[in-house]
Amino acid sequence: MSDLSAALALPVSSQQSVVTEKKPIRWLAISIALVFLLLFLVLPLVVVFVEAFRRGLEGFLAAFQEADALAAIRLTMTVAAIAVPLNVVFGLMASWAIAKFEFKGKSLLITLIDLPFSVSPVVSGLIYLLLFGAQGLFGPWLMAHGIKIAFALPGIVLATIFVTFPFVARQLIPLMQEQGTAEEEAALTLGASGWRTFLKVTLPNIKWGLLYGVLLCNARAMGEFGAVSVVSGHIRGLTNTIPLHVEILYNEYNFVAAFAVSSLLAGLALVTLALKSFLEWRHGADLASGTHR
Amino acid sequence: MEPISPVARIAEQGQAVDIRVADVTKVFAGSAALHDVNLTVRPGELLALLGPSGSGKTTLLRVIAGLAQADRGQVFFGGSDATRLPVQKRQVGFVFQHYALFKHMSVADNVAYGLKVRERANRPSKSEIQRRVSELLDLVQLSGFDNRFPAQLSGGQRQRVALARALAVEPRVLLLDEPFGALDAKVRKDLRAWLRDIHERTGKTTVFVTHDQDEALELADRVAVLNQGRLEQVGSPDDVQDHPATPFVMTFLGQAARFNAEIRDGRVLVNGKPAPVAAPKSTIGQASLYCRPWHLKPVPAGHGYHQGIVSGIRRLGSMRRIEVSQADGKKLEVEVALVTNLSVGEEIGLDILDGVIFRDG
Repeated sequence: MSDLSAALALPVSSQQSVVTEKKPIRWLAISIALVFLLLFLVLPLVVVFVEAFRRGLEGFLAAFQEADALAAIRLTMTVAAIAVPLNVVFGLMASWAIAKFEFKGKSLLITLIDLPFSVSPVVSGLIYLLLFGAQGLFGPWLMAHGIKIAFALPGIVLATIFVTFPFVARQLIPLMQEQGTAEEEAALTLGASGWRTFLKVTLPNIKWGLLYGVLLCNARAMGEFGAVSVVSGHIRGLTNTIPLHVEILYNEYNFVAAFAVSSLLAGLALVTLALKSFLEWRHGADLASGTHR
Repeated sequence: MEPISPVARIAEQGQAVDIRVADVTKVFAGSAALHDVNLTVRPGELLALLGPSGSGKTTLLRVIAGLAQADRGQVFFGGSDATRLPVQKRQVGFVFQHYALFKHMSVADNVAYGLKVRERANRPSKSEIQRRVSELLDLVQLSGFDNRFPAQLSGGQRQRVALARALAVEPRVLLLDEPFGALDAKVRKDLRAWLRDIHERTGKTTVFVTHDQDEALELADRVAVLNQGRLEQVGSPDDVQDHPATPFVMTFLGQAARFNAEIRDGRVLVNGKPAPVAAPKSTIGQASLYCRPWHLKPVPAGHGYHQGIVSGIRRLGSMRRIEVSQADGKKLEVEVALVTNLSVGEEIGLDILDGVIFRDG
């Protein structure tokens, strides 16, 4: 490992001398990038917190004393608590299958895993309405048996799972492919069962990558707006998640409360970003080629 | 007086068993990776599976280990059918080309892994495991490395840990897949002698895969040569070198020049002249004569069986090899004494002293 990094260090240092652009041009490029980031990323973030505290700490806290706000927070946590673990299981299974076995339809499976990235979240929400809504394919049957999916928690969870499915799998597939199957085979020849091999050999090797995927998956699960908006039905105190609650507050010109609740999501993003950077800094090698996302 | 080594104890723990591979065929995407392979590895033997890449040698080893399933055929360990046994139950020690050490475990934990995963009833106590681990690390000359991690070891050290880990479970047989393939030349040489030593001390039936002829011939009791999924020959290093069964074995084991020949009246004729090579009995017709560099001798131009031009001279240890270009553009090598008056560009004749004859077709 250390010889490798030493070998890699060489081309990096010699690369600097290869850059031929003049100093002013380099500074210009860096400045443009910085100004862009300030304008489009940092400024909005600052505005969120400034607006949230416009009427002081009291005004900020007042936003969280409302029953609807608390219900929205609770719902978002519940949805994430269901969707993220399920996607961890699905993601692990899918990447395990893709990385460690050869089978027909493998590339199709990889394409399907990427599907949520390429479909508009609103469309994915609509799909669930078409399937489970009152006028939908299974609607009448579900209604007859008293099962509520659309405009209720199950629908929101389903839509969230769909939208956040790729995060764990996408993170793990390249990592597991790179690691190959030799360590697993070694464990098997030593007498370990398949399950034990997975727990004691495979999992430790992918744990940082998995955590990274979970982090991104969770951030998206809590922040998802489009898909959830379609299936939720916007019932206050019942089917409103944090993002939907923010929208309602804003539409009612309750700006301070809207920004106060938004600051929760912004805070989540900042924590996610910090943890993500920490993982990349501390365990970069164990995240392997998967870090490009 | 020599103290009783831990290895002596390991050797006592089990009688060496034989491995028998019967009619094993494996097909990969239409092409046969193994074709009706029959092979017996004798108890306590060190056998090399030698072949070029793609010859099926690693596949055969994986079939023996249970890491791959044969499409047809059977594998026996010590007379009992192991074909349907899952890899966990085969009790094989497997060493991988790229070590496959558990990256997140210390050296001691790697070696102990096979003992720790046993069912409670067969699992040695903690102190017993610890004792065995330090014995094995002693054996592979890595005492004191217990708490290191694989990333902190050199390639040679990693492979030694891998071997200790494989031996820890007291395998019935030891299987090594290109064990020195990823190491540099110097380490390779050292580890060869060391593996031979360990094999003698543990007495385990051992099969190792290699594409390196020198490694196979130097290390193994017997060599099994594979080509395109078929076993070409199994024999002692002397056997396969002196009596190659097929032209492939002849050319794969070292430099060999091929000449058209004819077998007639119990004699081998090259360019119409009888050569000093015994002809196979009761065969007649076109044949190929293969000659090693030391089977040929330069003679003045116009004499000998063939003519050529010296196109290169280089030193090889205590001898010299001259490269001879023939009229048809083919080049061959001839071994000569260190002191020679030949020079590049000189026309010479080639005399045949010996060779191996194969009937064509």
